[in-house]
Amino acid sequence: MSGFVSSSIGKKVIMSVTGLFLIIFLCLHLFINLLALVDADGSIFNTVAHFMGTNIIMFVMQWVLAAGFIFHILYSLILTLKNQAARPVKYEVNTRSDITWSSQNMFILGLGILAFLVLHIINYFYKLKFTDLIESGQMSEYELVTSIFTAQYWYYPVIYVIAFILLGLHLNHSFQSSFQTLGLNNSNWLPRLKFIGTLYAIVIAVGFSIIPIYFLMKALL
Amino acid sequence: MNLTLKIWRQASAKASGKFETYKITDISTESSFLEMLDVLNDKLIKENVDPVAYDHDCREGICGMCSLYINGRPHGPDEDITTCQLHMRKFKDGDTITIEPWRAGPFPVIKDLAVDRNAFDKILQEGGFISVNTGSAPDANAILIPTQKAELSMDAAACIGCGACVAACKNSSAMLFVSAKVANLGLLPQGRAEAATRVKAMIAKMDELGFGSCTNTGACEAECPKNISISNIAFMNREFLCANIKE
Ligand code: HEM
Ligand code: FES
Repeated sequence: MSGFVSSSIGKKVIMSVTGLFLIIFLCLHLFINLLALVDADGSIFNTVAHFMGTNIIMFVMQWVLAAGFIFHILYSLILTLKNQAARPVKYEVNTRSDITWSSQNMFILGLGILAFLVLHIINYFYKLKFTDLIESGQMSEYELVTSIFTAQYWYYPVIYVIAFILLGLHLNHSFQSSFQTLGLNNSNWLPRLKFIGTLYAIVIAVGFSIIPIYFLMKALL
Repeated sequence: MNLTLKIWRQASAKASGKFETYKITDISTESSFLEMLDVLNDKLIKENVDPVAYDHDCREGICGMCSLYINGRPHGPDEDITTCQLHMRKFKDGDTITIEPWRAGPFPVIKDLAVDRNAFDKILQEGGFISVNTGSAPDANAILIPTQKAELSMDAAACIGCGACVAACKNSSAMLFVSAKVANLGLLPQGRAEAATRVKAMIAKMDELGFGSCTNTGACEAECPKNISISNIAFMNREFLCANIKE
């Protein structure tokens, strides 16, 4: 098995499995976020957020999630560097055939997502876990979410929506790519997986974007 | 037609190369791309200039020897053909055509536009075969093969090993070539016996020679003159995973 991890395909399998895990995580994350739009005072969202924050399974899963991100990013770096080294002299003219822009720029898109991730952790995760904003009753989870989507901080919703577009582009290529990497693909399934992947990418990008846009509109109107 | 050619010139593997520009006149639209280069070379020889080195052999699209990255695409602007099958009618009078060698670490330039593709042979030596005892030909229908499997295997067998997949891939990955060989043999009962060792050995060699990994962009399939499908890559990934799990 040691040969497997050091092989190019083995590394890609790690990217694919961690990526698929992140894809499932995004579904759960989006579902919980959208609960914030259901009622006016956010009590449903608060209940669920509280449950997620105090539950032992979620405590374990948060470390699994962190590991998923770390391995995904680590191996993306290893593979990208190796791939770039495989062509020491570049082409003078390169008229690419009809392949998607996303598929050619996965690492750039990933770096954009990573930058957002850092900001996102500072905005929420850090405040939830390492300050006593919630415990001391200064703020509810719902108020913490809405606190950065206001007219004063207009740039946060803008950054968030841009990040979701980058994420959508990353997912548009990566959904079908991860199945291909695992060998779960053939010429019948490729177009189907591409279709499902595009649908998923749109749901994620639009679904997450609705939230900052909604709260910004609410604050402005 | 009259054309301006921008061609990569490099005296040897060690020498540093650069682009040279040549003007060429009265080229027939009926001539093939390689014939156009022959005309250029005749002219260069008369002018006492070293002719441009480029690979070719059969000139009928079956051997895989011709290459060339023409105006940013392997085998030029036409679809599903090799450079030797490309015709000048695909260009316009007055065009500037940029011609580069395949660019990939494992395909070093030998001279000008000719690159060393021995790396592919080294991968094949690792497992691109089936081991059989020689003797008289076996009975034709002794081993029955479902038509669908035979068709998929034959589709993969169409690979001529020209290296356009590596040239087109942004990662210089050889996955399409290797997977075509793995699927060609692995889909048939005669190839199953060595399937697990084959896929592991060929991939280990491919990695060792410095080809990049696959990011599933599909550029290889789009540029392959023989239309080899990336579903072969999925097949190979599956074989590789299973071979490692069973170990
Ligand atoms: C929630 C966030 C993310 C999700 C859901 C995600 C998902 C995926 C998936 C499913 C793949 C396909 C794997 C395959 O082709 O087999 C992939 C590929 C990739 N990801 Fe991510 N990813 C995320 C974040 C990131 C980040 C932060 C980075 C880097 C800094 C990154 C870099 C890459 C790269 C470079 C690839 C292409 C790797 C290759 O094909 O060799 N991703 N991603
Ligand atoms: S010269 Fe044989 S395929 Fe082009």
